[in-house]
Amino acid sequence: MWSVWCAGEEKRVGTRTVLVGHRPVPDTEACLAQKFCDNRIVSSKYTLWNFLPKNLFEQFRRIANFYFLIIFLVQVIVDTPTSPVTSGLPLFFVITVTAIKQGYEDWLRHRADNEVNKSNVFVVENAKQVRKESEKIKVGDIVEVKADETFPCDLIFLASSSTDGTCYVTTASLDGESNFKTHYAVRDTTVLCTDEAIDTLTATIECEQPQPDLYKFVGRIIIYGSNQEPVARSLGPENLLLKGATLKNTKKIYGVAVYTGMETKMALNYQGKSQKRSAVEKSINAFLIVYLCILLGKATVCTTLKYVWQSNPFNDEPWYNEKTKKERDTFKVLRMFTDFLSFMVLFNFIIPVSMYVTVEMQKFLGSFFISWDKEMFDEEIQEGALVNTSDLNEELGQVEYVFTDKTGTLTENSMEFIECCIDGHKYRDRVSELDGFSQPDGPLKYYGRAEKVRDVLIDGCQGLWLRVACSCNEPSLPYPAQSREELFLRALCLCHTVQIKEADQVDGLVAHPERKYTYISSSPDEIALVKGAEKYGFTFLGLENNFMKIRNQKNETEMYQLLHVLNFDPVRRRMSVIVRASTGKLLLFCKGADSSIFPRVQQEEIQQTKVHVDRNAMDGYRTLCVAFKELTEKEYDRIDRQLNEAKMALQDREEKMAKVFDDTEADMHLIGATAVEDRLQEQLAETIEALHAAGMKVWVLTGDKMETAKSTCYACRLFQTSTELLELTARTVGESERKEDRLHELLLEYHKKLIQDIPKNRGGLKRSWTLSQEYGLIIDGSTLSLILNPSQDSGSSNYKSIFLQICLKCTAVLCCRMAPLQKAQIVRMVKNTKGSPITLSIGDGANDVSMILEAHVGIGIKGKEGRQASRNSDYAVPKFKHLRKLLLAHGHLYYVRIAHLVQYFFYKNLCFILPQFLYQFFCGFSQQPLYDAAYLTMYNICFTSLPILAYSLLEQHISIDTLTSDPQLYMKVSDNAMLQWRPFLYWTFLGAFEGLVFFFGVYFLFQNSSLEDNGKVFGNWTFGTIVFTVLVFTVTLKLALDTRFWTWMNHFVIWGSLAFYVFFSFFWGGVIWPFLKQQRMYFVFAHMLTSVSTWLAIILLIFISLFPEILLIVLKNIKEKNHQVTKRLPSSGTSTIFMLSQTSSNHSFSWSE
Amino acid sequence: MAVNYSAKEEADGHPSGGVGVPGGGAVGGGGGAGAVKTRKPDNTAFKQQRLPAWQPILTAGTVLPAFFIIGLIFIPIGIGIFVTSNNIREYEIDYTGTEPSSPCNKCLNVSWDSTPPCTCTINFTLEHSFESNVFMYYGLSNFYQNHRRYVKSRDDSQLNGDNSSLLNPSKECEPYRTNEDKPIAPCGAIANSMFNDTLELYRIDNDTRTPITLIKKGIAWWTDKNVKFRNPTGDGNNLTALFQGTTKPVNWPKPVYMLDSEPDNNGFINEDFIVWMRTAALPTFRKLYRLIERKNSFQPTLQAGKYSLDIAYNYPVHSFDGRKRMILSTISWMGGKNPFLGIAYITVGSICFFLGVVLLFIHHKYGNRNTSADIPN
Repeated sequence: MWSVWCAGEEKRVGTRTVLVGHRPVPDTEACLAQKFCDNRIVSSKYTLWNFLPKNLFEQFRRIANFYFLIIFLVQVIVDTPTSPVTSGLPLFFVITVTAIKQGYEDWLRHRADNEVNKSNVFVVENAKQVRKESEKIKVGDIVEVKADETFPCDLIFLASSSTDGTCYVTTASLDGESNFKTHYAVRDTTVLCTDEAIDTLTATIECEQPQPDLYKFVGRIIIYGSNQEPVARSLGPENLLLKGATLKNTKKIYGVAVYTGMETKMALNYQGKSQKRSAVEKSINAFLIVYLCILLGKATVCTTLKYVWQSNPFNDEPWYNEKTKKERDTFKVLRMFTDFLSFMVLFNFIIPVSMYVTVEMQKFLGSFFISWDKEMFDEEIQEGALVNTSDLNEELGQVEYVFTDKTGTLTENSMEFIECCIDGHKYRDRVSELDGFSQPDGPLKYYGRAEKVRDVLIDGCQGLWLRVACSCNEPSLPYPAQSREELFLRALCLCHTVQIKEADQVDGLVAHPERKYTYISSSPDEIALVKGAEKYGFTFLGLENNFMKIRNQKNETEMYQLLHVLNFDPVRRRMSVIVRASTGKLLLFCKGADSSIFPRVQQEEIQQTKVHVDRNAMDGYRTLCVAFKELTEKEYDRIDRQLNEAKMALQDREEKMAKVFDDTEADMHLIGATAVEDRLQEQLAETIEALHAAGMKVWVLTGDKMETAKSTCYACRLFQTSTELLELTARTVGESERKEDRLHELLLEYHKKLIQDIPKNRGGLKRSWTLSQEYGLIIDGSTLSLILNPSQDSGSSNYKSIFLQICLKCTAVLCCRMAPLQKAQIVRMVKNTKGSPITLSIGDGANDVSMILEAHVGIGIKGKEGRQASRNSDYAVPKFKHLRKLLLAHGHLYYVRIAHLVQYFFYKNLCFILPQFLYQFFCGFSQQPLYDAAYLTMYNICFTSLPILAYSLLEQHISIDTLTSDPQLYMKVSDNAMLQWRPFLYWTFLGAFEGLVFFFGVYFLFQNSSLEDNGKVFGNWTFGTIVFTVLVFTVTLKLALDTRFWTWMNHFVIWGSLAFYVFFSFFWGGVIWPFLKQQRMYFVFAHMLTSVSTWLAIILLIFISLFPEILLIVLKNIKEKNHQVTKRLPSSGTSTIFMLSQTSSNHSFSWSE
Repeated sequence: MAVNYSAKEEADGHPSGGVGVPGGGAVGGGGGAGAVKTRKPDNTAFKQQRLPAWQPILTAGTVLPAFFIIGLIFIPIGIGIFVTSNNIREYEIDYTGTEPSSPCNKCLNVSWDSTPPCTCTINFTLEHSFESNVFMYYGLSNFYQNHRRYVKSRDDSQLNGDNSSLLNPSKECEPYRTNEDKPIAPCGAIANSMFNDTLELYRIDNDTRTPITLIKKGIAWWTDKNVKFRNPTGDGNNLTALFQGTTKPVNWPKPVYMLDSEPDNNGFINEDFIVWMRTAALPTFRKLYRLIERKNSFQPTLQAGKYSLDIAYNYPVHSFDGRKRMILSTISWMGGKNPFLGIAYITVGSICFFLGVVLLFIHHKYGNRNTSADIPN
């Protein structure tokens, strides 16, 4: 709690000033000593003394618990028919179990906190290292961190053991990216790499107030030298070492703490995700309201009738049953009120406490089956499925829309450099055996101009080694071919952020046993490109002291001074480096998506390359264009100045940087393009087809190019050859001024085609897969934003809904060129449509997190782009193909199980309480309970709880294999089918019917209460016990009838529960209990069983109660059998079609218009 | 427990589950040797949700015969019960005396403490003789013995002979807990309102009234008489001394230790009292009053003929619109006369049987159509 307050108080206003090492600065300008948090991490919620009140408060904030508490209090205060124990015990049980669970979890958190807080760190104080506990670090302390230690707080990197002032850091525990990131010390402090030296530093750091974005940091360090003017240096995220990250490959570093404790970025990111609620839970709440109304209705009816009945004085107080003085004196209204409350208490079992416990337990225990599933275990990464929340298990069976990322989700995200194109000439190392459209190994003729294969390239290069400096003399085309090739390869070698890692510490992503080093990078594309260049003879050897080393084809080492890296960002979709060649030439290399490169290069160069790029994109490759530009010293000075200025800026740094980048990366020369293959995941097409057949609509949301994405969609059978594609992209809409009008025309046209021309499907066909014509929609990010954020505000919302209607009619939608936020926007749009369909998002990268969080169910792929997606997801699976089992089998089963569980609970409590209600009519509305208190209490806890729990964990009404192989079964439970009002009414009527049977059956039996063969009579407790026995047996047998999957556990709990009931009843009635005020049940059960009539009545009543159910099963069975035959033909037909159309999953399907 | 079972199951596991076993074992073994933790889930039947299971399917084919069988079982049972119930002789007299013509009309507004008691005699004729043992009940109507305030107004530990409860009865007994600062024994509304009419039966044979022996023991549950109800313990068997310090219930004419002359039927273990203390389930109820045992096997217990019932009318029911009855009944193996069970069994059995026939017909019709209608589809 206090952390929020602590961080929230200053609320990002202004900046914070940190005195490095707490040394006062010379020109002390009213620098108030700001108060900062200490470095204690508190992830625990409770302390020892506030645990009880706080935990209780939180538990009773749940509406159900609160309701039960109220009931309990009423029972304690008012003289109620049932003892407070009957509702207090279950409530106590629930609260205790939850409290123990939460307490244990909190204890674990405490332990983890302590481990972090009490760990030793070294702080430099007065030129000496002082060992301190981590929690004692204050803002401004200079901290020393050694290799493989984690940073105890957010530090500004001052100096490291390496002279160039860099260190390597892995942020695996923060965002899951296991690669090494390089962080840089401020230039002026890099030399201060001893305790003594660092102690001489006098500086202040101004930085923004803590904010949770891990990748954003703006600050400024002002260093006060001994005699010169203070120097100001900008600080960015590359200077900030985050708490939780680990120092690697660097002996030690010094840093100054800027954010501590709960203000660190890690702690600020710790705030949990918003809780997702499943549709089932909403249904439960709706049913709860119905039952609450029933409860209130019953209590009202009884209270009213009681006073009507009592208006007759001899009914109110006959001579044999006088009231106490207190009762007589009570004010009438108050008496009516307490009566009402008493009835509430008497009937309160209709809303079961135990249901919440059982649902929770079912969800918690049930979710283990997902993580235990060995079919969802991936040998490659040695991991299985992961369940982050068990609240949404059943939602997996309700999915209507699947939003999937492409890269890493549909594809493997293991990149392979396939080919490149330099000035329109295609170079291909080897032809992928998978690409049926390419010829096998050998030279490829392309446009008849030139044949360039690897050998030619290398041969040519060996002879002619032109220095880049020379070749760049002429500012315009054409360069000699070889020099262009080399330039291209150098560009690939230089324009990246790949690092070298020595092989003995293999920890990165790509390991090459034969090599001494591995490349590590945050993007697999870059590694693929560098390795591609290596194949052609240019090897990147690493970065040393800002010099990039390249070994060229002649085994010479070239050195380039790295001046600036204009980092990649998803908005620009490109990155650049500025290097100085050994000759002194200044070069800018830029690589990026074609759409972001083409506008920035000479227009006449584009044409040839564009053909290749498009062709490659169509083949499903990821393409990047490479461009370069030569800079004059003057230009460079200007850029350098601008960049530094922008980097120094404290406000709007991003915008300023973007502006400088934009200016810098202009007027370049296009050299070529690369194609990298991202293989499709295995069984992708089968999975997608299964999802389709299950009535789900699959939308692909990708940041990739349209052509690439489209070909992937074809390859994975999302689009089929018969699918008619509707395009809403820059291409169809055009780039003109009128694009919005054109878009609207298109929208209307598509709308007409899809919605008006197609005869309206009636009811049942709603989600049928057999639509006469399947449509697919392709839309790109810019068009989407045009629809969602129209420029003119007049009547455009209309188009939004038209667009939505079109989308919903299409079987598959492909959204390409999406920004992460747009992905979430799409998900939200679909989520909020009429009928609020259940959406599922699946993705693997950080850019999918927003849509994973937005969708009802978020699934993360444990892929290569870090762990961020799987950490933020609700479920994580290793591969896309696992979605099939997760949804079709697990989801379906979980849904059926929990739906049945919920319905059954309401049902069994209705028929439990209805006889009690009816009994009021025969006992003068005196709130006399029908059942003994022990039965009232134990009914939900012991007698009928375990069978349904076992059912809801183990039931497989259809076997898992059938469920996975016949996706259409998924549609049977779609739209929350088992929890609609119809089934609810059915169950309610069933419960009411059975309640009536129980009560009146025994009522008629008791018309003559001498049921034993010795003429002795039974009393009211026997009456209740007979009803209760019939009740327990009926609801248990009803469950037995519903159970389709009898494992030994089901047998054990079902028969065990019944046996336990009998045993308990004997035991309960067999002893005079000293703690009981009344021995009501003494030998009642045993006596009951001595009567043959009772036996006969019990059997008869159980049978009558179950009869409608059995009858229904038989009728359904007959109907279904009739149905099945008529249905079988078309369904078998489709499966053959599917089989014929299935392609090898990693086949790159080529498609041209 | 589950794990043990699953491990056991693996041996005879399913073919599909068994495929992965060797691989899983290998990985596990390697992990054990090299301390590399493999996170591969255990391939056990339980964890893979492949526990062997019986999967019954209720088809028309299996259920319909069951319908027939149930019908065939239920109908004879029903007939048996019905016949048995019909063979039970039962005779009932309402002696409330609300009608002016009734001999008990004079006693209608009797009060508790009227001494001497109002008596009346009702003559009746049994058309049929009662062959076996006859059970004599009294029945009350519109008497809410199941009223909550009433049901809980007792102290079972006092009745169980607990001495401290004897002198300090439970609060539940209010307002019948103490009287004139003395604890009431037995306390509570139930005890206070104990039925105290005395019924005597005479056979009238040629104007001579021969009293019929009414046995007053063996009418309460054995466990109640011997365990649940006990007189207070103390020195000697003098009940009067044991109940020292208590007072009689307000409505009772005499204290509890004077209920009967026999010591084993006196005090709390008086069977009339115990029977009364077992509260009835419904406002109209009967309670066992006396037994009439069959003397010998040659003579019916009660021959057809004239009888007279002498009533010491003490119990006022008119104030709450109640009725009083005296019931003579024989008892079969299934208890007293109750046609409900037999009728219900016959009805359910018939419905079952009928539905079985109808459904079988439908089933056959559809079944036949299914096989033949396949081709045109």
